[in-house]
Amino acid sequence: MSASTAGRFVGQSVKRREDPRLLTGHGRYVDDVMRPGMLHCTFVRSDVARGRIVGIETEAAKDLDGVVAVLTASDLNPHAGTMQPTMLLTTPGAPLRPLADGDVRFVGEPIVLIVAESRYVAEDAAELVEVDIESEPPVIDVEHALDVGVAVVHPELDTNLGAEMAFPIAPELAALLDGDNAIRRTFRQHRHTPVPMETRGIVVEYEPAGGVLEAWMSTQNPHEAKQAIARVTGVPSHLVRVQGHDVGGGFGQKFFTPREELTVALAARRLGRTLKWIEDRRENLIASNHARADVAHCTFALDADGRLLGTYIDHLEDAGSFPIGATGGAGALVGLLFTGPYKCPQASLRTRAVWTNTCGRGAYRGPWMFETVAREQMVDAVAREIGMDPLEWRRRNVVPTSELPYTLPTGLPLDMVSPSETLEQAAEIIAYDEFRAEQARAFAEDGRLLGIGLGLYVEPSTGMMDPMGTETAVVRVDPNGQVTVSLGTGSHGQGIETTMAQVVAEELGIDFDDVTVVQGDSAVTTFGRGTGGSGTAVIAGNSCRSACAVVRAKAIEIAAHLLEAAPDDLDIVDGQIAVRGTPSRAVAWSEVARIAHLETARLPEGMEVGLEATATFKAPPFSWSNACHACAVEVDRATGVVTVLRYVVSEDCGVMINPMIVEGQVAGGVVQGIGGTLYEHFVYDDEGNPLTTTFMDYLLPTTTEVPTIEYGHVETPAPTPGGHKGMGEGGAIGSPPAVFNAVADALAIVGATIDHTPLSPDVVLGALG
Amino acid sequence: MLPVEMIVNGTRRNGRVDPRKTLADFLREDCTLTGTHLGCEHGVCGACTVLVDGEAVRSCLLFAVQAGGSEVTTIEGLGGPDGELSAVQDAFRQEHGLQCGFCTPGFVVSVTALLHDNPAPAEQEIREALSGNLCRCTGYQGIVRAVQRAAEAAR
Repeated sequence: MSASTAGRFVGQSVKRREDPRLLTGHGRYVDDVMRPGMLHCTFVRSDVARGRIVGIETEAAKDLDGVVAVLTASDLNPHAGTMQPTMLLTTPGAPLRPLADGDVRFVGEPIVLIVAESRYVAEDAAELVEVDIESEPPVIDVEHALDVGVAVVHPELDTNLGAEMAFPIAPELAALLDGDNAIRRTFRQHRHTPVPMETRGIVVEYEPAGGVLEAWMSTQNPHEAKQAIARVTGVPSHLVRVQGHDVGGGFGQKFFTPREELTVALAARRLGRTLKWIEDRRENLIASNHARADVAHCTFALDADGRLLGTYIDHLEDAGSFPIGATGGAGALVGLLFTGPYKCPQASLRTRAVWTNTCGRGAYRGPWMFETVAREQMVDAVAREIGMDPLEWRRRNVVPTSELPYTLPTGLPLDMVSPSETLEQAAEIIAYDEFRAEQARAFAEDGRLLGIGLGLYVEPSTGMMDPMGTETAVVRVDPNGQVTVSLGTGSHGQGIETTMAQVVAEELGIDFDDVTVVQGDSAVTTFGRGTGGSGTAVIAGNSCRSACAVVRAKAIEIAAHLLEAAPDDLDIVDGQIAVRGTPSRAVAWSEVARIAHLETARLPEGMEVGLEATATFKAPPFSWSNACHACAVEVDRATGVVTVLRYVVSEDCGVMINPMIVEGQVAGGVVQGIGGTLYEHFVYDDEGNPLTTTFMDYLLPTTTEVPTIEYGHVETPAPTPGGHKGMGEGGAIGSPPAVFNAVADALAIVGATIDHTPLSPDVVLGALG
Repeated sequence: MLPVEMIVNGTRRNGRVDPRKTLADFLREDCTLTGTHLGCEHGVCGACTVLVDGEAVRSCLLFAVQAGGSEVTTIEGLGGPDGELSAVQDAFRQEHGLQCGFCTPGFVVSVTALLHDNPAPAEQEIREALSGNLCRCTGYQGIVRAVQRAAEAAR
């Protein structure tokens, strides 16, 4: 942290406000909500990837003691409004539906909703439901989903092409891409899934007399949930309240409002009862949302010195059957950001999202991160091909700070970033040159395969899409001077109650302990963007600052009136509003607050009573952050096991609010990326049957697989008032290619190559031959 | 329904439960101790870890009736009565060993048992002892440091 930006609270590793309740078992997660008369739900799901429903037998389930309702599509679907999220109401997408109606489109698709007096009875009843499905050949292989003669996933749409964006290829670029100095590679990233430790869940109470619907939900976005539930249930949105107290991780999965939550809300509305649905882990793995699952054919055209002249990426993403939140994922950004932090005069692209009979794609920490994966893996492949060290290739091609702002070949303006600085810092911390020497020695003397890999990226934290770019903060000062801040966010574990209180305490010059942040409740906060897209520090942080500026100016005006001083001469320090340089001429912040509310005759003439402000911040189109990851591994030639030896992240998220939390976010993302590259793999067989339905099969990294992560910080303040940049997703963006490149580097010693993940022992052994 | 009786966090609890009711559900529903969390319900994630007669066990894999006559300690029973954090809980806070907090009760209980059995574990021992608990937020960085800190504080 540089001395210039570290404040009393902003820039300090303040211990988290959330921790005491979470550490003592007093968090309030959705499954902790118990309401009078609450009933429990479970879904009967399809065990067939594609087929016609020819019969559903529910009588035995209905007859079971304790069962209240057994609902099928005919009970719910005709009453449902659109299930599309607010952001995409006018965007074409998959034909979303509450329950499968007439056919099924992936294994895990909900067909029947059981409502019973206990979860145990609901699951007993689910066993008694018989669904007769005539199987049809499913569409599972995304690379053949567009072939002639392949079935369509959604008969309503007549095609498996969900979305496509293509740029024309200028003749000069075409000549380069076809030329002798063009290098082509194909990379495949396997399917994995976010896996928050708390599964999804909702409790919905509908009270027919008053027409009010109240929901408690595990959500990153209570206001979106409120809007979505209102649309689906038909309850007017001002009569819907969504609360999301503590949320046990989301990583994107809980940003939009998923199908099951909406279906349960609709059922509560129809039945007029209070329903609870808590997803189990098998459901979370097979039917929440999947991610990654991409293919890219990449071409780099180079000059004789290895400098980029032009690129092309042809990207295909597996959207699954019912993607949540976007047509597929973020294919457009994959194409637009493909050249990333490197200078490149020309580029073109095609990206396509394709439907398959698999679980729908959804957001997962950096939904467009395949641009970094494909590019950075391509960089290493290209450097190896031309006999140049990958670090040297990056040094030659990275946009130097002196050439900023730089316009990407796709037209995006890149500025206020430090990719070359983070590249050098990461290389220095991991002692790149020394590692190269050790690598050579280890192979020459012991035949051991060591490898080192880099991942360099820029992240846009875009504010372009409404309403994701905007947040509103309300800062209210009580008569005793204590402050409540309300935000439309939905913290899913990253400490918003702490970081936003730091910002407010800093801006108002008062004590951190005198600020409380209220969020995660649609009824007591203003409509907002929720939490996602690495936007909270930038967007919520700046909305807090804007509101504080108004409150602060008013408090100073009151103090100036009381002290008979000029407002410009006053400052707020440690809860005292004092004349600068004359601390004895002062009035306490708490006294100003008291007067503002309780002794209003002493206010300046004509001033409005009270001390509070509401302010909205609209983010600029881009708040670029950047980082360089460096990973060192050893590959066991006998077993194919990859061991991560060292891991370094040099990052630039502008002004850090809380370095402890920044490093925690980076670490979490990095380990998700290590897990995603080496262990986590959601597998379907050719018939679309999921094969990894428990934590015994879907392997998450544990304490014994992860290294101690080392950090370097570079601070280039963003051109917004707080200077913060997005950093929630970056750890998971830079790590997969860094790990992949390290393994590829080790394998290259013996001439082995890889082009797909996961890098499980069998894949690595296969590459080693 | 079967009668069951156990001491939970020092308090005698009586109940009548379905034989198939898990200890986790008994603690959460019958005792309203919702600090014990269910992350997988198949014994892998460790979020539901509690102490039964001093041993760390997965309460999703134990029926309530199997814990009859035992002394059970949950996350709610580790701190002081006025909300004071235990040494392990405080170390988790100091070292940023938690983010969303969902897996945290299982980790804190497991670490409490670990340090009881091995007050000065080496880093590798810590990592092996905790390899049966999954965390998705922290990358385990702060958790390993928290165990080291709690062990040092106890010395």
